[in-house]
Amino acid sequence: MPEAAESLIVLNGIDRTFTLGDSKVHALRNVNLNIAPGEYIAVMGPSGSGKSTLLNLIGLLDRADAGTYQLEGRDVTTLDPDEQAKVRSERIGFIFQSFHLVPRLTAAANIELPLTLSGMPAAERAKRVSQALKEYGLTDRAQHRSNELSGGQRQRVAIARATILRPAVLLADEPTGNLDRVTGEEVVRLLEALNTQGMTLIVVTHDQALGARARRQIRMDDGSIVSDVTSKPSQPT
Amino acid sequence: MKITDTLRYASDAATGTPLRTGLLMLAMSIGVAAVVILTALGDGARRYVVGQFSAIGSNLVIVLPGRSETRGFNPANLVTSTPRDLTVDDASALLRVSGVLRISPVLIGTTEISAAGKLREAMMVGTNDDFIRVRQLKLGLGHFLSKGDLRHGAAEVVLGALIRQEIFGTENPLGKTVRIGDRRLRVVGVLTEGGSGMGMTTDELLIVPVATAQAMLNTNTLFRILVEARSREQIGEVKTRVLKMITQRHEGEEDVTVITQDAVLQTFDKILNVLTLGVAGIAAISLAVAGILVMNVMLVSVTQRTGEIGLLKALGATSAAVRQLFMVEAVLLSLTGGMLGTGLGYLGAAILRHLYPTFPAYPPLWAVLAGLGTALASGLIFGVMPARRAAQLDPIQALTKR
Ligand SMILES: Nc1ncnc2c1ncn2[C@@H]1O[C@H](COP(=O)(O)OP(=O)(O)O)[C@@H](O)[C@H]1O
Ligand SMILES: [Mg+2]
Repeated sequence: MPEAAESLIVLNGIDRTFTLGDSKVHALRNVNLNIAPGEYIAVMGPSGSGKSTLLNLIGLLDRADAGTYQLEGRDVTTLDPDEQAKVRSERIGFIFQSFHLVPRLTAAANIELPLTLSGMPAAERAKRVSQALKEYGLTDRAQHRSNELSGGQRQRVAIARATILRPAVLLADEPTGNLDRVTGEEVVRLLEALNTQGMTLIVVTHDQALGARARRQIRMDDGSIVSDVTSKPSQPT
Repeated sequence: MKITDTLRYASDAATGTPLRTGLLMLAMSIGVAAVVILTALGDGARRYVVGQFSAIGSNLVIVLPGRSETRGFNPANLVTSTPRDLTVDDASALLRVSGVLRISPVLIGTTEISAAGKLREAMMVGTNDDFIRVRQLKLGLGHFLSKGDLRHGAAEVVLGALIRQEIFGTENPLGKTVRIGDRRLRVVGVLTEGGSGMGMTTDELLIVPVATAQAMLNTNTLFRILVEARSREQIGEVKTRVLKMITQRHEGEEDVTVITQDAVLQTFDKILNVLTLGVAGIAAISLAVAGILVMNVMLVSVTQRTGEIGLLKALGATSAAVRQLFMVEAVLLSLTGGMLGTGLGYLGAAILRHLYPTFPAYPPLWAVLAGLGTALASGLIFGVMPARRAAQLDPIQALTKR
């Protein structure tokens, strides 16, 4: 194993089993993974191979049945739910294929949600939200609800929301899956820009071309990592 | 999360889903309003009847001729089976019984009244000057019967409001002479309209001195004697003493029945409490139905929002924060619905009172509180419970649950 101190994420012998009626589905089998800060990783593989399950685990949305998970040198598998919530709030940003905006809230209110939940004062929130709206080109859409936004705009709102507290890791599960090619490109460029600023980026994707843009490509099959390639020569660090 | 933000998020959630909120308000307000109105009806009926009985007089003991059949077998009664009559002397004697404030002998008969060429039949009451106080009647004009010896009646009469109107119209009847039976009596007073008691209106009564009535009806007996005790507490003692005094005067024979209005009132109170409870039962059922309605709306709407709960958790909300959001929302919705229902209920009761002014349809406080409490409790329990459960799930389970 590489030196754990320098790693952002260390997964060790992770198992995740789902029980469906009588049968057991091994979504993850003995997964070991080491991720350094600032990496750009694409997770690929056939449908049902465990990509989402892996990402959910890293995002603390789900928990492992066996194995350990260290985030920034801390074992987070043993944290109690409230401590895990705090880690999600401060260190992790999650982006979903289906955006998951709160439909009754405006774009601005959706972006503001993590700040509100963290108990930040209103004045500070307003400043940060208007800054984020500007960065993501959503200023003129600020007061629109999600049904008045295009898919690309919705995903931009979701990205703004996921990153407004400047997390260490940004996790995106098929972020372009519901978008057309051009809009998808746009979203990917936004994510890559965030990675350039130092945010660790892990993207699950079906799209070979998209996956190829990442420096490190992880391939999964039937709950296991079958290949893990870092294309060092072509990309300067 | 700050409490102001929690409140805003919760109220946004309530106003952001008008259909759900509307349904909930409807369920809540129907439930609470039904309880308020139905119990107002039940309690109103109880008050109405109690009021009618109280109108007879307050601390009243009533002496009736004849032995009540419930007093058991007494060989003395076999010998003299015909009861002695109640007389004016009996009535006068009762005035000396301790604890007695005033008495009124009562004799009743039908007769004819004629004046100014008009003639009609009327109920005549022979009594004394205290009758107006014992029966708590009100005078519209003039004065009541004058004080005097029970055995020498003055030639005067007090008219019921309707009689006065039919005979004299708008003319002032005071001092006028009317013919009643075979006598000419002077009108000294007129009762106010709407007096009642014992299910009988005083509007069609003629009130004359008891001796005058006895002479006209050619009798020495009385229909009953009304005895007013000095206080409610003394009613029991007065009843015993009155019975003793009459028995003494009737040569040791217990040939009268003494009843107290208190006993009658208590019986009626019991019956009517049962009635109110029955109505409250109906209200409780309607509330239960409304509670189930509230429960369903809440359960469905919170379950639909399991995804939202998952999202909030994914964004870093603790389970406690999620629970608090849904708790505040349920409180807001339930309180508003409950208030609305209470308002509607009071309005309904007010409309009832407006339509039937004599019917005191006031909702009892306990019922209002019970109604509100049940509505609030069901709203809270079924708003918070599913949210609690969802908040305990792992975020991804909540997020992907459909
Ligand atoms: N909540 C769940 N309950 C039961 N089985 C699940 C659940 N989530 C995922 N699975 C199963 O685990 C396996 C991996 O799923 P997933 O990680 O979503 O795959 P991918 O994202 O690679 O398509 C699949 O066989 C899937 O059916
Ligand atoms: Mg998936």
